[in-house]
Amino acid sequence: MKEPTIVGFLCNWCSYEGADRAGDARLEYPANIRTVRVMCSGRVEPEFVLHAFREGASGVLILGCHPGDCHYKMGNYKARRRISLLKKTLEQLGIEPERVRLDWVAAGEGERFAKVANEMADTIKGLGPLELS
Amino acid sequence: MAKPKVAFYWCASCGGCEEAVVDLAEDLLKVVDAVDIVLWPVALDFKRKDVEAMKDGAIAVSFINGAVRTEEQEEMVKLLRKKSGLVVAFGSCAHIGGIPGLANFWDRETIFERVYKDVPSVRNPEGIYPQQKTKVDGVELTLPEFYDTVYTLDQVINVDYYLPGCAPPPDLIMNAVTAILEGKLPDKGSVLAPDKSLCDTCPRKDSKPEKLSIKAIRRPHEVIADPEKCFLEEGIICLGPATRSGCGERCINANMPCRGCFGPTKGVRDQGAKMVSAIASILGVEDEDKVTEEEVESLVKQIDDPAGLFYMYSLPASMLRRKRMG
Ligand code: SF4
Ligand code: SF4
Ligand code: FES
Repeated sequence: MKEPTIVGFLCNWCSYEGADRAGDARLEYPANIRTVRVMCSGRVEPEFVLHAFREGASGVLILGCHPGDCHYKMGNYKARRRISLLKKTLEQLGIEPERVRLDWVAAGEGERFAKVANEMADTIKGLGPLELS
Repeated sequence: MAKPKVAFYWCASCGGCEEAVVDLAEDLLKVVDAVDIVLWPVALDFKRKDVEAMKDGAIAVSFINGAVRTEEQEEMVKLLRKKSGLVVAFGSCAHIGGIPGLANFWDRETIFERVYKDVPSVRNPEGIYPQQKTKVDGVELTLPEFYDTVYTLDQVINVDYYLPGCAPPPDLIMNAVTAILEGKLPDKGSVLAPDKSLCDTCPRKDSKPEKLSIKAIRRPHEVIADPEKCFLEEGIICLGPATRSGCGERCINANMPCRGCFGPTKGVRDQGAKMVSAIASILGVEDEDKVTEEEVESLVKQIDDPAGLFYMYSLPASMLRRKRMG
């Protein structure tokens, strides 16, 4: 069976690099993560997440710089509030909040990227594909 | 020259949109003078067969209010589509699902169970529910199918224009009717209201500080809102940032926050998601770098029913359209 797709929104300044590092180091991470480079985790509108689900994603991973390290200073704090409220809203709509994960991965943290991505893939595998009517 | 034929029809709605037509007051007489009404179930005795007998395209414009939730409504709007040059989705329910669209938090089974069995005023120990087919004295009686999901009008038929609002205000209705009669309509698919957010035209917008930060969320019944201040500034959730202007700020002027009946502006695909974003960008912004994860959770927890509130009028039109039933 095809693994359910996960869309990963990766911040340009840190997590995107982190993912590159993981690649360079040949660390194993799931092939079913489709990454989208964004300028900041604070750029990820709740609409993007819904759009990903509508287009067939079963999980959405948003990765930004660690708190205090955002290139635009406060973007990741905004992301934190947004995603928290979005998850609560999604839960009421029958979408398991675990299908959305916001986390922090710095540019040098290839291993951390692989770990978070693998955990996310396991979570989504456990939940199964997201079917929308 | 023969007067243009006009139809009014209702689907899943409350009757308020019919009232809105009557609210045109003297202007209604001008409309009645200029057009020939060929269907209006609330006021005139024309039947489905009268519509069926017309040539395709014979009706200049059909104003259809209400969302679509039954088989009969689907048949009627498809018939009207065939017979009409233009179809206008009239009011919030036809436009974005409206209040009937909140039923998309449930499905037929859970709704029937509640309405025909569980409500305290109903006694139905045998659990008798409406059936599409019932035999009575050897005669088969039928009812149209009740769908699991409530649909916006444009999810069922092509819609040419939208008149937003619960209900659409008289000035927008008259503008639309005049534009149709004079053939001065905007591009197909347009919403016949300004493409600005309610906050842009709100009389309270100037009181809104540049950088808003709120800590406590208050529900409208818990406080008496200051009639001068932006609701958000007081921690009362107002859907103004995600809602199209054009209603005349009706709720705001009655000192009540907006609930979003005009739907979103053109650039916004999902009104509820836009509200998630709007509230998250002001909730607990002060010293945001010192706020812990747990504190973020408890700030968010204050909003009891974000999905119901942010999608109060627009759940069927949203990207998810309905609750996913487990
Ligand atoms: S949030 Fe509401 S009260 Fe505040 S400016 Fe916008 S519409 Fe007006
Ligand atoms: S203030 Fe909002 S809910 Fe009230 S009529 Fe206007 S658009 Fe509709
Ligand atoms: S720049 Fe990386 S989270 Fe803002």
